[in-house]
Amino acid sequence: MPTRALTIATLAAALVFPLVAAPLGWEYYLGFASRIMIYAIAASSLNLILGYGGMVSFGHAAFLGAGAYAVGILMAEGVASAWIAWPVAIVLAALFALVIGAISLRTRGVYFIMITLAFAQMMYYVFISMKEYGGDDGLNLPTRSVVGLGLDLKSDATFYYLALASLVATLYGLNRLVHARFGRVIEAIRENETRMEAVGFSTYRYKLVCFVIAGAVCGFAGALLANQGNFVSPRLLDWAQSGSLMIMVILGGIGHLYGGAIGAVVLLALEEVLSSYTIYWQLPVGMILLAIVLFAPQGLAGAFARTRRS
Amino acid sequence: MSWILILEQTLNGLQFGLMLFLLAAGLTLVFGIMDMINLAHGSLYMVGAYLMAACVQATGSFVWGLVLAVAGTALIGMALEVALLRRLYQRDHLTQVLATFALILIANELVRLVFGSQPVLLNTPAALSGPVDLLPGLSYSSYRLLIIAVGMAVAVLLYVLVAKTRTGMLVRAGASNREMATAMGVNIRTLFTIVFGVGAALCAIAGAMLGPILAVQVGMGENILILAFVVIVIGGIGSIRGALVGSLLVGIVDTIGRTLLPVLFREFLPPAYASNLGPAVASILIYVLMAAVLFWKPQGLFPARG
Repeated sequence: MPTRALTIATLAAALVFPLVAAPLGWEYYLGFASRIMIYAIAASSLNLILGYGGMVSFGHAAFLGAGAYAVGILMAEGVASAWIAWPVAIVLAALFALVIGAISLRTRGVYFIMITLAFAQMMYYVFISMKEYGGDDGLNLPTRSVVGLGLDLKSDATFYYLALASLVATLYGLNRLVHARFGRVIEAIRENETRMEAVGFSTYRYKLVCFVIAGAVCGFAGALLANQGNFVSPRLLDWAQSGSLMIMVILGGIGHLYGGAIGAVVLLALEEVLSSYTIYWQLPVGMILLAIVLFAPQGLAGAFARTRRS
Repeated sequence: MSWILILEQTLNGLQFGLMLFLLAAGLTLVFGIMDMINLAHGSLYMVGAYLMAACVQATGSFVWGLVLAVAGTALIGMALEVALLRRLYQRDHLTQVLATFALILIANELVRLVFGSQPVLLNTPAALSGPVDLLPGLSYSSYRLLIIAVGMAVAVLLYVLVAKTRTGMLVRAGASNREMATAMGVNIRTLFTIVFGVGAALCAIAGAMLGPILAVQVGMGENILILAFVVIVIGGIGSIRGALVGSLLVGIVDTIGRTLLPVLFREFLPPAYASNLGPAVASILIYVLMAAVLFWKPQGLFPARG
């Protein structure tokens, strides 16, 4: 099975990367790769609701921000332990997702897109107005979260492996979830909600649980992101951030297991490469994006699957 | 807290609301008739403001600058519709969001390439730079009064256009039932291009008029775009009347909230909380308003489709 071989090869390369990075002087790319993997987790969580659930949320960055700020604020108050801060980040993001989802899922289509955007904007402005935690300028974290167990996250290689393990766990969990009964129900609701309701499923409740799971996972990604850059700011919740998470999912392949991850790699690598050539890098990014949306609506994973099939 | 201040803020809210209406009207028509989410609508507003700055500089006249900027933006809008957006009507909302998000990136960088990343200066016309006395004790910027007048004139014109003319009738028909309008022989293609051009022109008027009081800079379209979306969701997508009511509501609630809430909070809360909470609540007020409207009326205040 070539897909499995490709997966194993990618994973092996990812495992070996830190070992060769130091001798080759690629330390910078260790941090960059960690950031990509964290965004891959966030994008995969969006893929769960967007791709599998068909819920077009334009406010997913809210959960990224909630997780990141939970870590940031706890650390500013002197709580550096990962065992406290990360669960708090996940639970907080899940709670936000529960409230936002409970209200937003009452609406359909365009209204859902807009109300999720509105909630993310609300949180954006709330964090901007929290002057004691940096306000508009953001909050610098003095250190990374403390895990104990002989692991020091201040080492970029250790942090890289943590991000990699988290990404693998996320993708494994996502795979299990969408192939379980729950995932089947969610996909069926995406295809025909009225019918599922008629068959006797409480579609609202399924969608809400799905939304909360995605929020919690994205909150964890936010907690990692705060650690990776030692910095949290309201920019994390900006609507452009929600937009780029959506771009990652579409770019990679909506409703494909690896869609979010592929999209995160491609988009962030594209930004990195283009911004080293020109300060106007958003222009080519926009054009490439437009071309993909117009000519490869299934994303890169979809295009790949299509060429293999034909 | 004096009545003069509240009156002044209400006028500011009215002025801001009317400009929001110019954006929201175009957005709601495009949204309602073509079933198309156009995030790049804010970019047309930005283009309008930049064209205004360039044309005022070139001609030395505010009025000529306005005319040229509006005509130019309308042409750009129609060209965009014919060349690109037309392909997106049949696609799902997600695709439209992404494609027009890409357009925002492209538009921002193109403007930055042409005009540079520093904000561009656009002055109020000299004749209108001073305040006028409206009431004893209330002097108000004459330029802002002009904005209110222009906003109202355009709103009336738009009402006459949509409610009284044949083109307007077709537009309304398209908004309430697109398939039926097509079946009755309406040339939807041309209609779409015209509507898009009108929407772009309205954007340009808003951008050009607001340019002197807000900064003309890259990214100016994004913030106001989100407000315009809030407006049309509150008002009901596809309804011009809803856009007008929603704009005035959002404009006035936002402006008055920013002035009154911090004062109110200072009355009732300890100052340490009040200084933080006031601005925070004021800036999320309109989003709360929108969430509340959607909670009780999921189709907005004036649903266009019956």
